[in-house]
Formats: sequence, structure tokens, C-alpha cells
Amino acid sequence: MASAAFEEIAETFEFLEDWEDRYRHVIDMGKAMPPLDPAFQVPATKVDGCASQVWILPEIKGMGAEAKFHFQGESDAMIVRGLIAVLHGLYDGLTLKEVLDVDATAELTRLGLNDHLSAQRSNGLRAMVERIRSVAAKELV
Amino acid sequence: MYDIEKIRADFPILSREVNGKPLVYLDNGASAQKPQVVIDAVTRGYAEEYANVHRGLHYLSNLATEKYEGVRGTIARFLGVKDENEIVFTSGTTEAINLVSYAWAAPRMGPGDEIILSAAEHHANIIPWHFLRERLGVKLVWVDLDANDEIDPEAVLSAITPKTKLIAVTHMSNVLGTVVDVKTIVAGAHEQGVPVLVDGSQATVHMPVNLDELGADFYAITGHKLYGPSGSGAIHIRKDRLAEMQPFLGGGDMIRDVGREEVTYADAPMKFEAGTPGIVQQIGLGVALEYLMELGMENVAAHERRLRDYARTKLDGLNWLNIQGNSATKGAIFSFTLEGAAHPHDISTVLDKRGVAVRAGHHCAQPLMDVLGVSATCRASFGLYNTQAEVDTLVDALELCHELFA
Repeated sequence: MASAAFEEIAETFEFLEDWEDRYRHVIDMGKAMPPLDPAFQVPATKVDGCASQVWILPEIKGMGAEAKFHFQGESDAMIVRGLIAVLHGLYDGLTLKEVLDVDATAELTRLGLNDHLSAQRSNGLRAMVERIRSVAAKELV
Repeated sequence: MYDIEKIRADFPILSREVNGKPLVYLDNGASAQKPQVVIDAVTRGYAEEYANVHRGLHYLSNLATEKYEGVRGTIARFLGVKDENEIVFTSGTTEAINLVSYAWAAPRMGPGDEIILSAAEHHANIIPWHFLRERLGVKLVWVDLDANDEIDPEAVLSAITPKTKLIAVTHMSNVLGTVVDVKTIVAGAHEQGVPVLVDGSQATVHMPVNLDELGADFYAITGHKLYGPSGSGAIHIRKDRLAEMQPFLGGGDMIRDVGREEVTYADAPMKFEAGTPGIVQQIGLGVALEYLMELGMENVAAHERRLRDYARTKLDGLNWLNIQGNSATKGAIFSFTLEGAAHPHDISTVLDKRGVAVRAGHHCAQPLMDVLGVSATCRASFGLYNTQAEVDTLVDALELCHELFA
């Protein structure tokens, strides 16, 4: 089950008929996303496996079962930046268990962006999803 | 007459679609597509003519050996080399240059010896020399591009010192398309007794090359860029240099006799061709080179010059596009970035959606990227089957990028 924010994104995508409009929207989402402070663009936050550079800075707010997953992201490529904004809509504010319950492939398929998820795709969306899931899994233990 | 439609029909992959659009393949600098004759030769090689070479006396081994060894002569003819025994088969340029590094350079170099490289080299013509820097203390001396994005032969020659043991230079930049005046470099270097290795990976694809006239000591080519199979290639090594080389890889095929206490080696070129080679790959390369010679490299070069001039005019009209490499005589290779925040990966992603295949990245030429002041570029590299209409498709797709990423 995705967040309300993601449901809103999915609703918008329903009206976008072709890839050009979907990309346009992804790029706009990236432009609207606040930048990650360069001080946090360090090896520890860098996500390997992306052809362009990607950073994910997670933050867990709250304790126990109520602990919520938040993150900021950054990339030097505009489409990738937009994909990070999509992931932000998908994951930000969920509990750790909810993060692990999200079926990212199914959700991104709803947006028509699932072709970005294959392992060999160099944009690294899959690597970003894995990073987010591994942070949540580690915190949950 | 250069019948482009007939030529395109020779390459089956060109008629396929990508992302619902006709394929516009502009990644020839990375690897070229294969004509049907090459595909047929590979299929036939395995279906009807396959056995190991140089080994058996049976029918198929003789047949495969004959076909495979015949390619040495084909490569020699393609490159204007008189003695086919100066052609050493390799899996491509990377293996070829590593061979020279290990077999010729390493045994004769020590601390403080110098190798001159241009800033436009592909990593395949950099890393094997870095090995010698790391292991032997050899010094790498770099020659930069001049104001026209060219390598000035005089700058290369004036970098020669008494410690210079080798000049290693590309014949055509894989990023900029710049053609290097190798002939002048070789002549000047030889006057001072300095051998020259040339990376011919790109140049041999786009223009006629005559090694008898160039006179380089070492000249490497790679089959997969020459419309042949991947894993095929060769290096031309002048006889006097071959005689100076130690064996590199040891194994079957490169020996005369092996005992417990001693081993004697086969004569060159087989001395440098250990193990079962890429038999069918090389046979396919032979067919690809015959195909190129039938088209005529002069004709291929003329076609690509027309494409280059057309593309240059069209791309120059996009004032938000930064093209790297302004050499007037360059090959049909265009590296570019978009003004603004768009990353080369953004651009190639959108172009791909329009069916246009380009490469985005550092093109295995990071020292050159440093000189250009960019971390990556997009590269559209043309081949013998590309058309002006494909240039138009590229330009349309770039205009979409400009709009999307503005």
C-alpha cells in the first residue's frame, strides 16, 4: 500500500498518455525537489550502481513501531533526480515496516516507469530502492 | 556510386525498431553493426567448417585452418602491409597494446624511461603504459591538444628526450574524431630512433590506411568496430620489432618443442598467439574486411565526410549545444553536451526513446574529459550505413531534449 502522496502522483500519471509527457512530468518533479546540501553528498550516502551520481540521505524519526522513514536525495542527472522525487513520494513518511511492504515494481508499473527498474538499467533506480529497503531493514531489527 | 539503400539492406539489424521507432544507430564508435555476409560467415563457420586450427590433420581442421590463416593475408591487404607474417592476431586493440606493453616494452624499460602519449588516448592506450609506470618507474609524458583540438605532430616530436623509449598515439580520437598526422610523427620519431605505436581502432573504420606508407612500428586494429565479430582483431608489428619481443601469453600453438627443462617457441606471428584463438571471429573479420574493400574505403570515407559536413551544419545551428572537437578534418564523430543542467545520461535516455542510439559517458578517455573540462559527454558516431535523414532525426530528438531540460 503506497502513501497518499504517491496515490496523488499516480493519479496525475493516469492523465499522461505518452512517454514524452511522463518524462516531462518526472523532470518537473525533479526540478521541484529541494536540493540535498552538498555537505551530505559524501561516499556514505552515495548509491553505487548508477551511471550518473546519486545520493540518498535517510532519516528515521520516532521510535519503535511508530518510527517513520524519511529521506532526501540528489543526482546530477535530471531524469534520475525526478525518479528520486517519485521514490520520495513512494517511501517518505512510511513506517519502516511499510517501507519493506511496498512492492516498488508494481507501484512504478502503475506510472509506466517500470522499464527503469531492470537490473541492467544504468540509471540505478533499482539500486536506490535497494538502498532504501536496506536502511529500513537495518533500523527495524 | 555509393548506394546507401542497398548498403543498409546488407545490415539486417538496421531494419528493426527500438522503442517503437526505427533504429537510428549512432554508436558506431563503441561497436559497429554487422552485415549479413559476416553473420553468414560466422554461422557457416560453426555449422559446416568448425574444428580447432593448426592441430589436426583431419579434413575439418585443415579447412578451418585454411580459412583462419587466410585472414592474415586479408588484413595485410586491407592495411597495405606487404608481409602477412607481420600481422599478429589478437582479440582486439586492448589485447594488442597489452601485448606490446608486456612483450616488447617491459623487458627494455626501466626507471626514468619515458613514453609519450597524447591527451586524446583511449584507456586501452593508457592503462598498459600506466602498468609500466607502476611496476618499472616509467614516466608518462603527455602531449595536449592544440587550439584546434588537434594533436600537433611537432608538439609530440618536441616532447622527445634521450629517455624517450616509445610514442603511443591514436590515429583518430574516439571522442573528438580528430585525425592525428601519424605519418609526420613516425617520420620524425624514427629520425631520432624512437619507435611509434598507433591505436588504429577508429581510423581504420573511417578512412583508407596504408601502413607501408605510415611506417609505424606497431599498429593495432579491432574487428568489432570494423563491422566484424567482437573478439577479433590484430596488430601489425614490423619485423625488426617482432624479433625484439619476448613471448607474452604461454600455451598451445606458440611453441616448437616443450621439455621438462626447456622450451622453444614457434616463429612469429604464432609465437604471440597462445591458446585456441577466436577462430570463427577472425574468419568473420576477414569477410568484413573484404566487404569494406569491395565498397572501397575511399568511398566510405567520402560518404562519411558528407555526413560529417551535413551533421556539423545542422548541429552548429543548435546554439544551446556545445560540440567538443572542432578539427576541420575530423571523422564523423560528434561529442557534445547541452547547455544547462541536463546530464549526458538524460540526453541519451530521451534520444533512446526516439530510437536514436548514442553513447553517454567518459568514452574510456578520462584524461581527455579532464582536458575538455567535462565529466561526460554524449557521442554520436557515424558509420558507413548512416544517412542524412538520421542526422535530422538526431537533431529533432535533441530539440526535444532542449525543450524538456530547459
